[in-house]
Amino acid sequence: MQATTNGHSSHADHDAHASADGHGHSSHVTEFDVRILRQDGPGNSSYWERHRIKREADMNVISVLQRVAAQAKTVEGQRVAPVAWDCNCLEEVCGACTMLVNGRVRQACTALVDRLLEDSPEGIELRPMEKFPVVRDLVVNRRRLFRALEKVRAWIPVDGYYDAGPGPRVSPEQQQQAYPLSECMSCGCCLDACPQFNKLELERNEGETDEQFHKREHETYDTHFVGAHAISQVMLFNNHPTGALNAGERLDLLTAPGGIQDCGNAQNCVNVCPKKIPLTTSIGRAGRATTLRSIAKWFGG
Amino acid sequence: MAKQRVMIVGGGLAGLSAAMQLAEAGISVDLMSLTPVKRSHSVCAQGGINSVNSVTRQQGDNEYLHFDDTVYGGDFLQHQPPVKEMTEWGPRIIDLMDRLGVPFNRTPEGFRDQRRFGGTLFKRTAFAGATTGQQLLYALDEQVRRWEVEGKIKKYEFWDFLGPVLDQNGTCRGCIGQDLVTMEIRSFPADAVVIASGGCGLIYGRSTMSMVCTGSAASRAFRAGAKYGNGEFIQVHPTAIPGADKLRLMSESARGEGGRVWVPRKPQDTRDPKQIPEAERYYFLEERYPKYGNLVPRDIATREIFNVCTYEGLSVEQDRLAVYLDVTHIPRAVLDQKLGGILDIYEKFQGVDPRETPMKIFPAVHYSMGGLWVDYERTAEGGLRLGSPRNQVTNIPGLYAIGECDYQYHGANRLGANSLLSCIFSGLITAPGLANWIKSVPGGAAADQPSSLFDSARRQHQQAHDALLKRSGGGENPYLIHQELGNVMTKAATVVRRNDVLQEAYGTVCELAERAKRCSLSDTGNWTNQNVVFTKSLLDMFPLAKVIVKGALQRDECRGAHFKPDFAMPGLVATDPAAHRREAEAWCDRFEENTRKWLKSTVATHVEDGDPVLVYEDVDTTLIPPRPRLYGLVGAEVIEEVWNQRQVAKAAAGHDGNGAVGKGAVKATAAG
Repeated sequence: MQATTNGHSSHADHDAHASADGHGHSSHVTEFDVRILRQDGPGNSSYWERHRIKREADMNVISVLQRVAAQAKTVEGQRVAPVAWDCNCLEEVCGACTMLVNGRVRQACTALVDRLLEDSPEGIELRPMEKFPVVRDLVVNRRRLFRALEKVRAWIPVDGYYDAGPGPRVSPEQQQQAYPLSECMSCGCCLDACPQFNKLELERNEGETDEQFHKREHETYDTHFVGAHAISQVMLFNNHPTGALNAGERLDLLTAPGGIQDCGNAQNCVNVCPKKIPLTTSIGRAGRATTLRSIAKWFGG
Repeated sequence: MAKQRVMIVGGGLAGLSAAMQLAEAGISVDLMSLTPVKRSHSVCAQGGINSVNSVTRQQGDNEYLHFDDTVYGGDFLQHQPPVKEMTEWGPRIIDLMDRLGVPFNRTPEGFRDQRRFGGTLFKRTAFAGATTGQQLLYALDEQVRRWEVEGKIKKYEFWDFLGPVLDQNGTCRGCIGQDLVTMEIRSFPADAVVIASGGCGLIYGRSTMSMVCTGSAASRAFRAGAKYGNGEFIQVHPTAIPGADKLRLMSESARGEGGRVWVPRKPQDTRDPKQIPEAERYYFLEERYPKYGNLVPRDIATREIFNVCTYEGLSVEQDRLAVYLDVTHIPRAVLDQKLGGILDIYEKFQGVDPRETPMKIFPAVHYSMGGLWVDYERTAEGGLRLGSPRNQVTNIPGLYAIGECDYQYHGANRLGANSLLSCIFSGLITAPGLANWIKSVPGGAAADQPSSLFDSARRQHQQAHDALLKRSGGGENPYLIHQELGNVMTKAATVVRRNDVLQEAYGTVCELAERAKRCSLSDTGNWTNQNVVFTKSLLDMFPLAKVIVKGALQRDECRGAHFKPDFAMPGLVATDPAAHRREAEAWCDRFEENTRKWLKSTVATHVEDGDPVLVYEDVDTTLIPPRPRLYGLVGAEVIEEVWNQRQVAKAAAGHDGNGAVGKGAVKATAAG
């Protein structure tokens, strides 16, 4: 590669994204504190740490954590390891960045700093979700949430993937009922807010293989409350014309130990769902469907 | 013979569809992903998935026209057989996804509804609200979970692909991965490894891509000897919401459903946009491209928005660049039903309801057309030979690439709603080829290879990891170097490219690469150490950044997303008809000359600590001969006339025995 021979181009000043950087910096250059509950690993005790962040326009909690990682220094000037957190899409559609922001379970990406500081000018507080084992800092283990989808067989059991023509006709009304349920991003907010969903933390036994450990994990998960997200997925698949062919099986799984009967109808789930999924409507429908099924079974149906 | 397995790296649409089909074929699959697969970047795709359908067919559409739109949109820079095959599979793929339960929007009669997207004149796009990617990904995720329960697929989520394991003959025998929680490094023997790791937008710092889209897996394959194709072709999406942490996509479907792009005619008009009368608004896409209007292909929309803000000074704001994307004239109920998902994103992140106030948007890096070079086997008819192990294989036997991280389907520019199709298609088509490959891997199954092969590869990665943790001094901060890299890449290699800027950027990228080697870690532990994982992925960005910048520097032309004003071919200026005609002839001469010189794929090979070596490979254009893309050019009609006459003359002179040239000429009249 040859060395640069030409000078700067005036054009270079007009880069495609200079825009976002230059926006609104001058209006209020100030700082704020973020308090983070840290934990170095499973079984370790947790501790609070305070970081001071320069306030910029259009910040969200993710950009705050990015600044924390880049400076890796507490308010007292102590050098620390960057805070670990989970995130991916930053558009509130992947479900990764769930945590407690100022005490409320939500996605960190849509937690806008300006709004948070309006409500609590003293700063922002970040904690990991409460119902899942902490892996490190704000990262939690949500395998249980996905296991629930296996347990209730949350899928359409098609015959195969060869060409078999289009799917069944679906009315717009049916589609509009299914669509919101299908937006569930397995973020876990509904579970964290649920009084019936208790934290389960399993430790690996000496000499236990991956397979043995995961099997034991599944067995434990399966006997505890499955959660609103999974009940809602049962309704999604039971209402699909093809999925309905296995509706009974899903309902049976939903009344097994840890099933819908454990729901205490606290309605916290629907209040915290970032996608506004009508979880309590699903639970109500599922309740009626399981009742009807058990009555039908009594009468030998 | 030992039980054979395939390792798939990445669980987006491509990786999951490959996994699902391999499982159906009875092959055991391991699936490694940085993130739970349900959180893969495919989830972000909004607008829809393209294919010919029963409605468009009755309007004169067919697979050939979808194929033609794709290669014309991509400025002819893709080998045509894979694209032809993809468009032919399109209708069946939509049907399959429909059967898997994707809640596609419906017509009152219960059929799938369709919308229009950029670069096409038909309503060819099936969609599920404005979260089509999410819905497609979930359907595949569910099928893979089903196979997981059956024991056919084993997922390794929160695992990082560190590199392939090659035997002494250069055949891929598996890979090395790292558990992101325990930081354990482990070898995975596999009879084939499929990279399905997505795009590399994070090389640009901020983009519309997810945080896992660092390009690291592709780069690690590249560093291990896999070739990289068309790296310089990066799509900048015309409409995104600028943000401090990332740039959020505002789907083309907003325009597909009737959204209009405009700026006030008076620069930085301070009035409320709704109070600005029609006559004082400049609908620049509609005025300049009456046929396609707001739905011109992405490269053109991007450049026009960029130009209107920078060169014409008509940005709607004083201190940052943005234009209005206006959907306020569309009834609220329609917006909620068809665009609810994306409008909510705008409202959530900007705090403004786009149903009431025009959105402010600007272009952002969005899609990597380039990627790992892959092969294919064509049939005499110009499609793909199904079941050929050559389909989607890199130049390393046994190492495959699919989805956004391959270079195969989009050429110089990607048509909207074709990415979901290409990802699912490349996943599906790879499975039968892999089934045949693993039946006859030279030298037997991976599980039967000497363990020393895997041990030594594992040890090398372990040593590199330990060295990075132990490195003291240096003092460079990986996060800040990443920001600097992003700035230089965004400035030099996005919408407009100039050789002086690229030349300087190459130097800066090389300097940053050296500085990145002196990064000090702020976390030296061995438990969920995101600091070391990020630093490794940063180091892996440089080989690809060099390929992108060097490729752009060397390619002295304008093609698709790659626009160099110094080599643009402007419209005609003469007013006298004879002179006009002569200009058109000269224009066509220049176009033909440029095609001869530059209608070639860039193929890059890695050189450790050196400049990547670039060679140029001819493109298979035997099915649709290249023709000029004339959207909005002054004098386009005359150029087209001259061009068509030349093609007819060539065909008559017997330049092309199969009549493909003549067919192309007729097509040019229809679609130009």
